[in-house]
Amino acid sequence: MSGESALLTTDPSVVSVGAGMFADALAAQAVPVTRVGFRPPMGDGSLDDALVRVLADPRRAAANATAVERVLAVRPQLVDVRPAGEALGLEAGDFLHAGPPVDWERASGPLRGALMGAMVFEGLAADPDAAERALASGAARLDSCHHHAAVGPMAGVISPSMWVFELADPATGRRSWCSLNEGLGRVLRYGAYGPEVIDRLRWMSAVLGPLLRDAVRAHGPVDIGAIVAQMLQMGDEGHNRNRAGTLMLLREVLPELVGGGAPASDVAEAVRFVSGNDHFFLNLVMPGAKLMMDAGRDVPGSTMVVAMARNGTDFGVQVSGTGDTWFTAPAELPDGLYLGSYGPDDANPDIGDSTIAETAGIGGFVMATAPAIVRFVGGDVDFALATSRSMYEITLAENPAFQLPILDFRGAPTGIDVAGVVRTGVLPQINTGMAGRVPGTGQVGAGLVNPPARCFALAMAALAEAAPPLSTR
Amino acid sequence: MTTDPTGTRAMTVDVRRGTYRDSVGLMRVSREVAALDGVEAALVAMATELNLGLLADMGGAAPADVGPNDLLVAVRAVDEEVLAAALRRADEELAAMAGGGGGGGGAARAPARTVRAAARAAAPESPPTVALVSVPGRYAAAEAFDAMDAGLDVLVFSDNVPLEHEIALKEAAERLGRLVMGPDCGTAVIGGAGLGFANAVRPGPVGVVAASGTGAQQLMCLLDAAGVGVGHCLGVGGRDLSAEVAGRSTRRALHLLDADPGTERIVLVSKPPAPQVAKEIEAECAALATPVHLVLLGGDGTDISAAAAEVATALGRPAPAWPTWLPDEPVRPRAGALRGLFCGGTLADEAMVIASAVLGPIASNIPLHPDDERWTLDAGLRSDDHLVIDFGDDDLTAGRPHPMIDPSVREERLAAELADPACGAVLLDVIIGHGSHPDPAAGVAAVLRAADSPAPVVVTLCGAEDDAQGLSAQAETLRAAGAEVYLSNAEATRRAVALLTAP
Repeated sequence: MSGESALLTTDPSVVSVGAGMFADALAAQAVPVTRVGFRPPMGDGSLDDALVRVLADPRRAAANATAVERVLAVRPQLVDVRPAGEALGLEAGDFLHAGPPVDWERASGPLRGALMGAMVFEGLAADPDAAERALASGAARLDSCHHHAAVGPMAGVISPSMWVFELADPATGRRSWCSLNEGLGRVLRYGAYGPEVIDRLRWMSAVLGPLLRDAVRAHGPVDIGAIVAQMLQMGDEGHNRNRAGTLMLLREVLPELVGGGAPASDVAEAVRFVSGNDHFFLNLVMPGAKLMMDAGRDVPGSTMVVAMARNGTDFGVQVSGTGDTWFTAPAELPDGLYLGSYGPDDANPDIGDSTIAETAGIGGFVMATAPAIVRFVGGDVDFALATSRSMYEITLAENPAFQLPILDFRGAPTGIDVAGVVRTGVLPQINTGMAGRVPGTGQVGAGLVNPPARCFALAMAALAEAAPPLSTR
Repeated sequence: MTTDPTGTRAMTVDVRRGTYRDSVGLMRVSREVAALDGVEAALVAMATELNLGLLADMGGAAPADVGPNDLLVAVRAVDEEVLAAALRRADEELAAMAGGGGGGGGAARAPARTVRAAARAAAPESPPTVALVSVPGRYAAAEAFDAMDAGLDVLVFSDNVPLEHEIALKEAAERLGRLVMGPDCGTAVIGGAGLGFANAVRPGPVGVVAASGTGAQQLMCLLDAAGVGVGHCLGVGGRDLSAEVAGRSTRRALHLLDADPGTERIVLVSKPPAPQVAKEIEAECAALATPVHLVLLGGDGTDISAAAAEVATALGRPAPAWPTWLPDEPVRPRAGALRGLFCGGTLADEAMVIASAVLGPIASNIPLHPDDERWTLDAGLRSDDHLVIDFGDDDLTAGRPHPMIDPSVREERLAAELADPACGAVLLDVIIGHGSHPDPAAGVAAVLRAADSPAPVVVTLCGAEDDAQGLSAQAETLRAAGAEVYLSNAEATRRAVALLTAP
């Protein structure tokens, strides 16, 4: 960036932002000119000084370069599959959940439903009603998955007896965890807690988890980053479509699954379960992304977003330069398509840690690479292309490992810059599922959503506070 | 939509929330719509405080919660039919604006939203070197930071940029090895390309560093007339040599020109700097290999014309005689006050310095002596005595285009002065070149022709022959309408003073 200016020694070529007449005047002089489609920043003037203070922070450029470099250097590998109690040190009565911290009082329907189901699954309550009473009286200790290097889709509830994927970055030894995906429809993560939900969770802990553990241990580390890179070239965006990723994972571990000596009927059921669930790999994309983004945390002066997550009540954002502070605002209702006879009145506001995918530059950010799903989330192909292109306006880097063939193999737009979001008013694009508002309902649809602008306004104010004050002389 | 009780008038005020367009483009839309038959008034503008005032003047009102990011489309017409047609026209014009020259085809990509993205999207055979920022002042610093992040030098045309934003920008530029021209930098010439308001002067060995936009334009045009070319003109913004900004960009610009093999002489044009800054800058100039002419306007009686003559003779040219264009019938002097109506702040300043030496205090919105009420104009900009108004001052351009682009406000005032029996002579500037109105002389001439027994009018015509508007053509338009026309602002001012003090 720095270095002697070549201003007077090279033919001028101009980027013009503002009045079109000056760009016209340059074009009339045959001077190359590139125009910017300017719009005023967020905040109606309230953030202008904060924005300048953050942009003027002498630490910013190097801090963001460091944060991005650390993120892009991560090589997520699946190294183990273990019970959450053992992996995360959870004890009976500990429950992790998606999004920023929330208590039972403020918890949304799907989160309440998932916690009720998890209480029954853990044997801490005889039935969902008893679980609800116990939870209301404070029987459970709740905390954010993100506070434990973990992530969970939708309600994101992780209890000690659930099994989790364990990912590691070989260069740094950093780890991350995520629950195993239960499939679609009536599942715990969408707030369902009926007997079929509990039975499935029991089978996952008794059969699927140990089988996967043995297979992964026999296989050795599975390169999740490489699978993500490939799935993006096969029509997956890694959030609402994970079909290719799921099959590639299965391809990796199938010999060890089959050759591990487990009863053939168990192996068959496990393979049927994984290959029949197009979202199985989402729960590996997520901890992969979490591992990447955690590497970018805590760089003073960096304006890079390291987490976006929702608990169904609040949307929360964490930023590298502001430590563990969550910048929260009420979660919004996704806009999309509904299953069966469900409609907008049935949907809960945005929920889940799966936005870690977008935080790491995939999911909604690379929608252009997944034209097959754009209708499912309520868009069209032009929209997908325009969306992905616009994400480059608010990100710090392009990930050379995750390429988009349709954009001439351009790297995924990675590392959301709070200053970029505030300056342009362009909000991160998120692809998401929709949970039913009423506990016990399950999934009601899928669609598109953006974080509330307020999260970024709050983050900007905090970044400005942490930056040197502007001088008046 | 409301119809007044007589049933013959119709008015509507539409609000398009969160729709931002730049004010210059919107002026054009307003004019197109207002020009339709049967339209009495039209305002297509962002809902700034100023524009809400204009809307009220039109007899309209907007919802209380509109803000400067909302677009107002207000039309008053003779009937509902005209009104509907006017709104359709406004929509068409707005849609055409949104196209913004982004390239053909329905699948054309949206233009980049940030300087950084635009720099990346630019043609690889001509990688961008400089960003031109002309967004509203409070947003300008963020755009300029983005440009520096993208490795570009920056020209900030925008005025009304907060001082602390300017200092932060220039500190970052020092750290990054970049040049920030401006803010409030009206003009720059870089390698022959004019950025902002600039004249098509001949290329040559002089490099200009200017803390003054119109001062630099006047200097370059005078040098051009004297046969001396300018290689580069780097504007640094009117506040650069203040105690607060401390000459940060001036120093950097001086060093860039000193290192440029094509630059043989440097001219630094500025109002007198803060004393401690002056000392530093003088030391800086003395240490350069390239000779520097310091032109400090208003300080020691130096005017731009004298400085231009000095530079020309230093380069071996004969002492120049500045061009004039005089009407066939000599103007008749009359008693009264001097009324200076300027678009260029530095030209206004220079005129006040020269005229007040003879006439005494001159009231102005950019007063030479801000603490003395005899020298200051109130917000109404009225005085019975000598006055000079700078229509390009920040306070008068917030939320509207610069008078060099849209001269209508000054034309109205010119008509008023010509009708004022207390007015002894009008002195005004007409500035042509890139960025300026395509035919500014026409408007001035029309006002002159429409006036009854007007006061004498003396014009400083700042331009170069190669400017698109044509220096001679503009001069002829003004001369034919009865004005005395001078290339030199100092000469024009002395002439106006002479007319007032003629025996």
